Amino acid sequence: MILRAIFQIGILLVLPPLLLGVVNRVKSVAAGRTGPPLLQLYSDLWKLIRKDVVYSRTTTWVFRAGPLVGLAAVATAGTMLPVAGQPALLAFPGDFVLFAYLLALARFATALAALDTGSSFEGMGAAREVSFASMAEPALFLVLVVMARATASLSLSGMLGPALAPAWKAAAPALLLSAIALFVVALAENSRIPVDDPNTHLELTMIHEVMVLDHSGPELAFILYGAAIKLFLFGALFVRLVADVGVAGFWAAEVAFVVELVGFAILVGLVESGMARLRLTRVPQMLVGASVLSVFALVLLLR
Amino acid sequence: MGSWTDIAFILVVVLDLFLLASSRLGAAIRAVALQGALLSLLAVLLTSSGHDVGHMLVVAGGAFLIKALLIPWLMFRAIREMAIRREMEPLVGYVPSILLGGLGVVLSFAFSRGLPLPTREMHPFLVPTALATVWTGLLLVVSRRKAVTQVLGFLVLENGVFVFGLLLTDFMPVMVEAGVLLDLLAAVFVMGIVMFQINREFASLDTDALSSLRD
Amino acid sequence: MSPAGLALAATVLASASGLGGLALHRRPALGQRVSAALLVGGALLGIAAALPVLLGGPTSLLRIDWGQPHAALALRLDPLAAFFLVPVLSVPALGALYGLAYWPQAEPGRRGARLQAWYGVLAGSMAAVVLADNALLFLFAWEVMALGGFFLVRSDADRKDAQKASWIYLAAAHVGSFALFALFAAVGGARGSFDFAAWAALPATGAGWLAVLALVGFGIKAGIVPLHFWLPGAHAAAPSHVSAVMSGVLLKTGVYGLLRTAGFFEAPPAAWGGLLLVLGGASGVLGVALALAQHDLKRLLAYHSVENIGIITMGVGLAMVGRSLGDPELVLLGFGGGVLHVVNHALFKSLLFLGAGSVQHATGTRDLERLGGLARAMPWTAGLFLVGAAAISGLPPLNGFVSEWLVALGAVSALDLPAFDRAAFVVLVAPTLALVGALAAACFVKVQGTVFLGNPRTDDAARAHESPRAMLVPMAVLAAACVSIGLLPSLLVPALSRAAAAWAGVPVERLAPAAGLAAGSAGMVSVVASVLAGALLLAWLARRRLGSAGASTTWGCGYAYPTPRMAYTGSSFAQILNHGFRWALLPRVRLAPPRGIFPTGARFSTEPREAVLDLALVPAVRDYVQATSRIRRLVAGRLHLQALLVLATLVAMLAWRLLWW
Repeated sequence: MILRAIFQIGILLVLPPLLLGVVNRVKSVAAGRTGPPLLQLYSDLWKLIRKDVVYSRTTTWVFRAGPLVGLAAVATAGTMLPVAGQPALLAFPGDFVLFAYLLALARFATALAALDTGSSFEGMGAAREVSFASMAEPALFLVLVVMARATASLSLSGMLGPALAPAWKAAAPALLLSAIALFVVALAENSRIPVDDPNTHLELTMIHEVMVLDHSGPELAFILYGAAIKLFLFGALFVRLVADVGVAGFWAAEVAFVVELVGFAILVGLVESGMARLRLTRVPQMLVGASVLSVFALVLLLR
Repeated sequence: MGSWTDIAFILVVVLDLFLLASSRLGAAIRAVALQGALLSLLAVLLTSSGHDVGHMLVVAGGAFLIKALLIPWLMFRAIREMAIRREMEPLVGYVPSILLGGLGVVLSFAFSRGLPLPTREMHPFLVPTALATVWTGLLLVVSRRKAVTQVLGFLVLENGVFVFGLLLTDFMPVMVEAGVLLDLLAAVFVMGIVMFQINREFASLDTDALSSLRD
Repeated sequence: MSPAGLALAATVLASASGLGGLALHRRPALGQRVSAALLVGGALLGIAAALPVLLGGPTSLLRIDWGQPHAALALRLDPLAAFFLVPVLSVPALGALYGLAYWPQAEPGRRGARLQAWYGVLAGSMAAVVLADNALLFLFAWEVMALGGFFLVRSDADRKDAQKASWIYLAAAHVGSFALFALFAAVGGARGSFDFAAWAALPATGAGWLAVLALVGFGIKAGIVPLHFWLPGAHAAAPSHVSAVMSGVLLKTGVYGLLRTAGFFEAPPAAWGGLLLVLGGASGVLGVALALAQHDLKRLLAYHSVENIGIITMGVGLAMVGRSLGDPELVLLGFGGGVLHVVNHALFKSLLFLGAGSVQHATGTRDLERLGGLARAMPWTAGLFLVGAAAISGLPPLNGFVSEWLVALGAVSALDLPAFDRAAFVVLVAPTLALVGALAAACFVKVQGTVFLGNPRTDDAARAHESPRAMLVPMAVLAAACVSIGLLPSLLVPALSRAAAAWAGVPVERLAPAAGLAAGSAGMVSVVASVLAGALLLAWLARRRLGSAGASTTWGCGYAYPTPRMAYTGSSFAQILNHGFRWALLPRVRLAPPRGIFPTGARFSTEPREAVLDLALVPAVRDYVQATSRIRRLVAGRLHLQALLVLATLVAMLAWRLLWW
């Protein structure tokens, strides 16, 4: 039992940077490049964590707290996420609300840290981040509510647990619609193309990256690591929802889960390779569309 | 089979929402074409042993030919020949359109159960899908500026009526349906000609320009 | 002394607190201290009265007959009243402490003693409203409360906007009072008694218009959209510690009235709850949308009160739906979330208003675009304000999260309703809450960022100074309360479930499973909060051992001399969302675009409008006044015409009486 818990925490903490490596690798291959090694982000993090920090003279403790709170909140949210269909470490009715609000806490801290620099670019990024997040949040909630209804469960562990397979038999269309909505939300929340381009270097067009321009050293490492964990969280939600393969046994299920996650990363990479970034005015459209899709899914279940 | 019908109905509704969100004319025409194809598929799927199979197949085939192939081809030809810009140019923004469309979908799915119907329901999604599609068509006609997109809205509206018609296929002689389809085709032709005329007169397809045609 | 007696003593003490200042007008500073001490004493007495009731003691009653028919000094301290009594007395007490430094009576020309007198009266009358067990006593206290608010808003009577806001407030309050007179007269007449005790189990069938009267009367006080129009002006114009009381607790008397009235009815139809849910959702979304567009810090906070009243109303609506369905989970979670949010909002909203007062005190302005960088000069104020900002945004592990979470959980618990039941659609409350919470977070990132972070935008902001301790301590107390409720919410669940049971008229055991679920989950929230704290500690340790390579300027993306004028302003920050909500804001846009090759002056300004007030009520009243003034001009000085008017009215009334009565 304890061993399994440690293993789950281990997956949560160790695997995420690999996912980003896969995404980048897929993008490189699709563009005809070799690309960075799969484990690039691990070495980046290791390099950054040993560096010193440079602070702007404008900043206060809020700037220093931002990355810490961001990472801690995202990691804490991970303790409520069931891994590979096993109940999460902390599972209770209503935990999905806390899960979503912890992600909001991370965003709140990061955006405040961005404003603490007094830079107009970082203000711009923070404004976009919180604005788009306020459209993504209802969509995420709607998806979770659809899952709650379909599985008759009020906790994430129940929603993504054994009740999911019968729910697919009973309400496949609704779950399919909400899975599409969840994927859109995942792209938006993790600042991936077509919402945001994590590789761009033009500050005017960026969202998440421009918010963290001034962070350096270990704090930048925390931010990169937190972003990787967030992608992992959404990936785990998504693959569990769409690909609930009935593998028996704890270890087999864990392996299948990791394989699925890599598949999710490949999917994200393919989407990023195949699509252009949307104009910023189009992003609300996409997110509202995702909300409407999941409202439709909910209505299908409720009627 | 049941769940395939479900998915077809849901795809029709999702295409409604897509049309409201879409800013590209080409994508919108393709969506309408796909919707037409889905409708003919639905006509086949809803045919059970009790129905007149031949009748159903004629309706489905006619709908596929006209809605999914002929009209989209005409529309693509129209935008190519008249060099129409690709955007939809909405009067009502995309986000409000999506929200209004979503509201229509929610209301029709939540409350269609209470409607009095002349016949027993063939499928629980049939009436709400029809209502939502009609609503979408009306929204498109009202909220888009270009004549081409208004034609699209009209087509979606007709698609909704067609779904309603599926409810009544047992009662409706095949000739009536053929007549409706032909009417539709004629209407698109007329609109095409009118569009061509507006385009020639005003060098644009903006129906707002017509409001200057006062006497 | 019984709890009700203690509560009466607390009410009297609070009401009379301002007399100290009036009596000691020679020594204003001492007078103010006496007043504050009396208010604090009253608050402590009030807490002492409320605690035994909250901890499971019996409802405490007190009755002193006046010899007047129907009227009596009848007090009832039940769990519902106790939940409201604590904030109603303690927020004014903390505000009075804050006022010692913020609005010193010793300073000439501030009419401090008068303000203090009305301040005490307001606190006492709110307590009396909450405790009243007799309709006439309730109405009397309600009127005194409205008047107290009116005079407090006018404290700065030299300011034009304060005068205007106070008159609008008075008119709105009396429209509400009028509805309540009608409501209570109708029910009292039907029951033959004005004691609330005699009003139990009113039949709900055919009582729809009573519900509408209650909704108007209490909705105006609470500020439910579209009856919120008086609120932003009044709350922005009042001195900040008064705004804290008005926004933090005065509004809640409206919620209390709604709950109390709803408690009279037996089996209210689901439509009442549904109406509350729709109005609550509208208040929540529109309140925060309007708040996002404001440039004035206190107006912004006032609109957030509309938003939070919306959240509370949604909770109450869920509980009402739960009562009509007989669903104990909905009742407990909706009621518990709503009432807990009443307490929570009282805490963090008064904290934020006091913080806004400190900002105004330090810089002399409330305009967001003229502030910035205050965190350097006022670190304590900035930190305490941040606690309030995170709490109102519903972020864990603070108290705002807990109550919003209870309401959301209540909404989602309706998912076990069978399909085809339209009541299942109450689940849409959960995504609405998510939208409101995310927008509130966006708004408070904007506020905290533009006021406290970055560089000062003006000299006023650069010259700011930290507030004196008398202003910081009340804020610290409020912030500590926010954190404690957020960390240990499960302690409150038993009291909430007793209050919910008493309100819904069901035995506590009926709610026990739901209460168990809520308490268990709330306990887990505490566990998650400690995990969060642990993770934070780990991250901090990982970072701490590393050195800093020194300081530098902010990376300006190639701009050599970034100035504070280039920093992102509050308006720019909210632009995307304001654009999305322009259909609700109806902003007045003034644009003088740059023209020509060498443009000279270009201007652009947007100003959000209060649609209900500016676009509907004010024009309507203006037209009405114009129409009637024409008649007045006609009859002025002509006695026979005036007599004719009287006669015509009499004839019309007679005809109505004869023909239709």
